[in-house]
Amino acid sequence: MAGSQWELPPELCCRPMAFVALTGLDVTYNAVHRAIWDAFCVNRRADRVPISFKVLAGDHEYPKCRTKRTSYEWYIPKGILKTGWMNKHLNLVPALVVLFYELDWDDPQWKEKQSECATKVEIVRTSLQGRNTKVAVVLIQKKTPLPPGEDLVASERASSLCNACDLSGKSLFVLPHTDHLVGYIIRLENAFYEHAQTYYYTEIRRVKSHKEFLNKTTHQLLFVRHQFKIAFFSELKQDTQNALKYYRTAYSLVHELRAHETNMLEIKTMAGFINYKICRLCFQHNTPLDAIAQFRKHIDLCKKKIGSGDLAFEHNAWMSKQFQSFGELFDEAIKLGLTAIQTQNPGFYYQQAACYSQDRKLLAQQLCQAGAVCPAPDPLDTPTGGLDFYGQRPWRQGHQSIDPPDPEKERTGILALQIKERDVAHSELIIALLSNAVAQFKKYKCPRMKSHLMVQMGEEYYHAKDYTKALKLLDYVMCDYRTERWWGLLTAILTTALRCAYLMANVKDYMTYCMELLGRASTLKEEQKSRIEKNLFKVLKNEVPEAEPECEPSESSAAAALWKDRMALSGSNEVSMEVQDYIPFIQCKARFLAPSFHVDQPIQLQVFLRADCPHPVSFNKLSVSLSNQSYNQWCVVESGQDNMCLSPGKTSCFTFTFVAKTQDVGKKVEMTGIELMLGSRVFLSWRGAGGDAASAHEALQASRSSRPRRHGPEAWQEGDWDSLTIQHSTMIISRVPKISVQLSHQPPALNNEMYCITLTIQSQEEGVAREVRLTTGLKPGQDANLSQATHVTLDRAQVCDASDPALLPDIPLGDLNPGHKVEQRVYVRCVSTGPRVFLFHVAYSINTSVDGQEINCNCHKDETVSIETVEPFDVSAKFVSTKFEPLERVVVDIPFVLMTDLLSSSPWPLLLHSSSLQLVTMTTCTPQSQSQLEQVLLQTGECASECFCLQCPPSADGNGTVATGQYVVSWRRESSSLDTPLVHTTVPLPHILLENVPLYIHAELPSFGRVRETLPVRYHIENRTALVQQVEMAVEPSDAFMFSGLKQVRLHILPGAEQQMLYNYYPLMAGYQSLPQLNISLPRCPTTNTHTLRRFLPQRIFVKPQGRQLDDASIAAA
Amino acid sequence: MAVCIAVIAKENYPLYIRSVPTQNELKFHYTVHTSLDVVEEKISAAGKTMADQRELYLGLLYPTEDYKVYGYVTNSKVKFVIVVDSSNTSLRDNEIRSMFRKLHNSFTDVMCNPFYNPGDPVQSKAFDSMVSGMMVQVS
Repeated sequence: MAGSQWELPPELCCRPMAFVALTGLDVTYNAVHRAIWDAFCVNRRADRVPISFKVLAGDHEYPKCRTKRTSYEWYIPKGILKTGWMNKHLNLVPALVVLFYELDWDDPQWKEKQSECATKVEIVRTSLQGRNTKVAVVLIQKKTPLPPGEDLVASERASSLCNACDLSGKSLFVLPHTDHLVGYIIRLENAFYEHAQTYYYTEIRRVKSHKEFLNKTTHQLLFVRHQFKIAFFSELKQDTQNALKYYRTAYSLVHELRAHETNMLEIKTMAGFINYKICRLCFQHNTPLDAIAQFRKHIDLCKKKIGSGDLAFEHNAWMSKQFQSFGELFDEAIKLGLTAIQTQNPGFYYQQAACYSQDRKLLAQQLCQAGAVCPAPDPLDTPTGGLDFYGQRPWRQGHQSIDPPDPEKERTGILALQIKERDVAHSELIIALLSNAVAQFKKYKCPRMKSHLMVQMGEEYYHAKDYTKALKLLDYVMCDYRTERWWGLLTAILTTALRCAYLMANVKDYMTYCMELLGRASTLKEEQKSRIEKNLFKVLKNEVPEAEPECEPSESSAAAALWKDRMALSGSNEVSMEVQDYIPFIQCKARFLAPSFHVDQPIQLQVFLRADCPHPVSFNKLSVSLSNQSYNQWCVVESGQDNMCLSPGKTSCFTFTFVAKTQDVGKKVEMTGIELMLGSRVFLSWRGAGGDAASAHEALQASRSSRPRRHGPEAWQEGDWDSLTIQHSTMIISRVPKISVQLSHQPPALNNEMYCITLTIQSQEEGVAREVRLTTGLKPGQDANLSQATHVTLDRAQVCDASDPALLPDIPLGDLNPGHKVEQRVYVRCVSTGPRVFLFHVAYSINTSVDGQEINCNCHKDETVSIETVEPFDVSAKFVSTKFEPLERVVVDIPFVLMTDLLSSSPWPLLLHSSSLQLVTMTTCTPQSQSQLEQVLLQTGECASECFCLQCPPSADGNGTVATGQYVVSWRRESSSLDTPLVHTTVPLPHILLENVPLYIHAELPSFGRVRETLPVRYHIENRTALVQQVEMAVEPSDAFMFSGLKQVRLHILPGAEQQMLYNYYPLMAGYQSLPQLNISLPRCPTTNTHTLRRFLPQRIFVKPQGRQLDDASIAAA
Repeated sequence: MAVCIAVIAKENYPLYIRSVPTQNELKFHYTVHTSLDVVEEKISAAGKTMADQRELYLGLLYPTEDYKVYGYVTNSKVKFVIVVDSSNTSLRDNEIRSMFRKLHNSFTDVMCNPFYNPGDPVQSKAFDSMVSGMMVQVS
């Protein structure tokens, strides 16, 4: 891979873990060993200690340890860090070598096995000569060990084995191969981990001990190297805090190095490595701000360290890599739970990386000449195939002085690097970085940044000659810039897109982009527009357009050939282009002249066209499609007619007129599309009534403008295009009726009556109004209950009932000649009070002519009227005794009086026809005769009363309430004609309480008395019980009367029998006199006494004075 | 001093953009346009807390390697964006604020012009010369 030179080595990027080698395990053939190995390395989760295990052969050769330097005095380091060092300590030199050996404590051949084991240990030790690597032995045993101290044989043999192998007791382990293998393994590896940490600790001490031998003049590189090594060992020891500290020291030391052109790359490489480590650890310690600060410092320090001018692209490549790897670290930290924000997210780093890669590409294009040939032998080849030190030049490895040793070699080296750079696929790198950045910005709510990066990606694809992808990306973002109205940016993107479309010979896209670049949103200069327009016209005429400037000539000529084929092949295909969502160079707006047209008027619509391009455009056809396609034929202009040329900046108007069909009355006619034919096969189409992506905003601005404008159809003549408004639909409404509808009636309506409304229809038409139909009744859409309580009929003869509808539809009234009128009466019966709205809908059809066409129109006229319904009268009823005293309860079998009062509340006089009672329990005491109210005329507020004498038959149950019956009144309006049916209003009578009395008493006496004349009074006492009643009667004396008869008496009355008592009263005074009081008591029925019976008896009587006789004596006395 | 000054309408389309002629004008257009992401975010965040006592100055929107982009939003949601060179470290926050204030005052004058239709591109000469005064002087 071309970019690999700049990739960070994997050993730098991984997390360092202690390296432990396992020997003596035969994982291929021995199942037990396999199980042990699997327990070590399978399912290593985060809670296990960080160790990387490797199975090695018992006689594995570890890297040789160089002889330790005793003095640094004459030592000149050749570089900062050897390329193999990190890998060596991660994967080659173990911190601990573990020897696995199968041996039970009670093995019969113990001696032999012990010495074999000791030999194996010795072999390992030999190959680790000079290293501090620890060795440990694990005995794989079949038996479960006894608890420590109990197995004397074991402890004895263990110590002997330790002696034989020269091991400390801590380095000998036993691994029983039993069920709990994983548990033992975890304990083992914890022990290994401790050994490893001790090893790395000693390594750190060892490196630190070198420091005292160094001096600042010659060993500057070693200061960096040692700090780096200490830090790396600390990491292996999992001491990240100290590792960070040492890396920071190393970082500041690396910048203290004397930098010059020859070692600049090495310094930057190491600085980059250390910086990477620092940032990585900062993120790991959850201090992202430290990481960002370190990275900023790093960039600020290194930005200007460009190094050799001939290899300036290298600096950009390196910078790009710095940003990219920081972005990756950041991204990784986010995946582990860090939260980023809109203004600080990995996207910015990827973007910057892309930016440096773009610079790198430009520099590479400048610096790397195309024709150069790689010198032989290749100065980039090294004997080992790689470098000894990071960041050095292959042709002068280890060279540390300021000037290059051999200028010629230096020159060819640089040339070789330039040639190598020339072959790098820069665009791929840039696109990969940009797409990373896009993903990030999408996540952190930066839609505009995302669009910007996508534009860059598109441009990069264009440079990489992948025009399809370029167009796809550019087309995708164009819309965002268009809706946000950033015309400058849109124009730039369109220009690139146009080049892509040209180079691909994509006819439709090419024309689309041309049209938009010619449009008013384009910020191109006039001459460029003019060039584009000429190209567009060429394409319209099936000719090959001229190449876009700034395209590579070789690409352009290939494209021209492609165009030729395209044009020959697709010359006759029709191309239809939706331009509504763009800002095309021809603007179109259409409108109906009015939001509604009567069916007898011709419908007019106007299409306005305006060209924004620098040269006049002619077109061949303009057509409008309407929602009812049968009208389309009227809305077409084709070539041959004049005015088919659009001048730049001028508005052209095309007017179409057609006659609507009568069946479309009440429907909407909409413009569904407008099509403009350019040349012979290209159609521009607008949906609806035109307009484009920018016109809505322009209209808004125009409406805000303070410039004086004229509204209405003349507006366009002012040339004020922006204030032209689109009217994309119109309503076809029925012809205006020329009839008058008049209503006459006498409100309010009375409840239950047949309310008469007279409708007069007068024709003012010039022709015959045919098939006049009336729909009348309750207007729909009111309270649903009203339709149950309203009935309409035309038949006056009988009172309508529930079977009559609330709305009578389509009553035919025949034809109506001009000037004639027709009258219709409608009867409405409302059975509930309240307001109602009535509808009178008169429809008819008439022939008329529009634009010379004879059409048959339906016209209708609606009248509504609100009518209040009121009660005609109020009826109240009351019960009184025969003495006209109000009664609370009625005594069974004793007559009483029912009185009814009928109070008129109608504003119109009412004629009462009759009234009657419909009794339920009661019987009437008077023979049914003529109603007392017959033919009574009642004015507003007048009252008509009636009396009925009733009696409750004895059979009725004595107690509780009973229904009395109904009162029926027949009436009509006085003003109504005689044949109007009567209205029968039924009023329910109130219920009444019944009562039984054991004893009934009534008196029979004359209607008046006369002073000093006998007044016979007969009391009838009836026993109404089934028992014999003993009655005690006494008459109290009175000042006004003398009397004769039994003063006090006790008598028995048989059940159902009646006793009569006769008294002769002799009045002494004139006037109203209280009768002598009769005291009655029933010993068997104590509740009934004088008080309860007194109501049946007359209390007073009028006594006339003594008649004056023609008595001379009295005259004489006078 | 600024290298680019822009006035952006409430609906986020440019009313006025001026950049130093020595550098790629398109690049500044993109920079201003992308900075609107941050402006929008800041406005919506501020809108939630205190609608009335909102600070008009939005501060540093985002730093790039080369430029620092500052934002300011008026009460009618017209945005001002000032781009300064990253290398120009002498410019303090206070100076940026006063630049925005001057810009706001001058823009208010433009709006007060009865012949100016709000939402149209700014073409005022007075505004232009005031902006010129705030731009990096190219010798």
